[in-house]
Amino acid sequence: MTPTPHKSSNRIKRRPLVAELLAGRGSALVVPGLGSATWDCFAAGDAPEYLYSWGGMGLAVPTALGVALAQPERRVLAVTGDGEMLMGIGSLAVVADQAPVNLAILVLDNESFGETGRQRGLTDNRVDIAAVAQGFGLRQTRTISQADAVAELADFLFKAPGPVLAVAKIAISQDPWRLPEKDGATIAHRFRGALGLEPT
Amino acid sequence: MAARDIAVVCTIPDGGLTELLKLVEASKTVRLVTLSTEPEGIGIATGCWLAGKRAMIAMQSSGVGNCINALGLPAAYRAPCLMLVTMRGQWGEFNPWQVPMGQAVRPALEAVGVKCFAVDKAEEIGETFAAAADIAFMSRVSAAVLISQRVIGAKEFGRK
Repeated sequence: MTPTPHKSSNRIKRRPLVAELLAGRGSALVVPGLGSATWDCFAAGDAPEYLYSWGGMGLAVPTALGVALAQPERRVLAVTGDGEMLMGIGSLAVVADQAPVNLAILVLDNESFGETGRQRGLTDNRVDIAAVAQGFGLRQTRTISQADAVAELADFLFKAPGPVLAVAKIAISQDPWRLPEKDGATIAHRFRGALGLEPT
Repeated sequence: MAARDIAVVCTIPDGGLTELLKLVEASKTVRLVTLSTEPEGIGIATGCWLAGKRAMIAMQSSGVGNCINALGLPAAYRAPCLMLVTMRGQWGEFNPWQVPMGQAVRPALEAVGVKCFAVDKAEEIGETFAAAADIAFMSRVSAAVLISQRVIGAKEFGRK
């Protein structure tokens, strides 16, 4: 794969992308990974069905898998970045093995560690997360790099039989800070309440 | 497990878990989730509980070291996390590579707030597991049952 001029301004912008996708989520539960994925979801409009995370790098997909196994009737979307996805890359093998039809994964790939100072990431050169996912046995994958593909992407993430994984090649950006609740117990209580679960 | 409504068992297998995992695999009510690395189980168990089902992780002591940062996830959500750990690196260990992590399991888990329940006698496994499950799910903390090699037998690798 030849390096692409991804830092150019015509790459997909993460905040509008996430906002447009989540506008069509219906009743889907959303599990954003730590950092920018969580900020993006909160910036798109707060909802109790968003299970925000402030830590545990690498665990967005496993956590979403747990939610998907416990709520087989609900669509579940994990939103993560390239760095977090690679840290937990083996979890794609677990997802492929369990094959939950209600689980979708969106990887926001800016080819850098955006949260810590935009250091170069491993997808900047040869690493192709969708191809890795294919190798693990996740047969339904997409990679998009143009904003006009967003409507189709929403259908893929929220309607196609899962498990599905999409990589969105996004621009490196410096977005305004939008920080949700950080107390995990409050986030958890709200999320469980939205599912109609009794306090334990 | 059945008595405590465990619906999902996540594992990287260990010799000492063989019989248990066979039972889980044969079970119609408990789902077996084979992992690629142990911390995935922490995420899955946390996600399961947040969405209304009980899960746990079964692993060898060497896997505990892989899980330390991940254990911040259930702690932050005030979610339960139940672990069943078969120990290596202590009673009668013949493999020096198992010793450093095996000896560090309890202090490492306790350093991140996990309540540890050691089992040295086979007849205590049932009640200890039940007690650990109760404190985990009812008090919403992380709890680990540490089963000694004294119970499961030190690995011999053909050595007698």
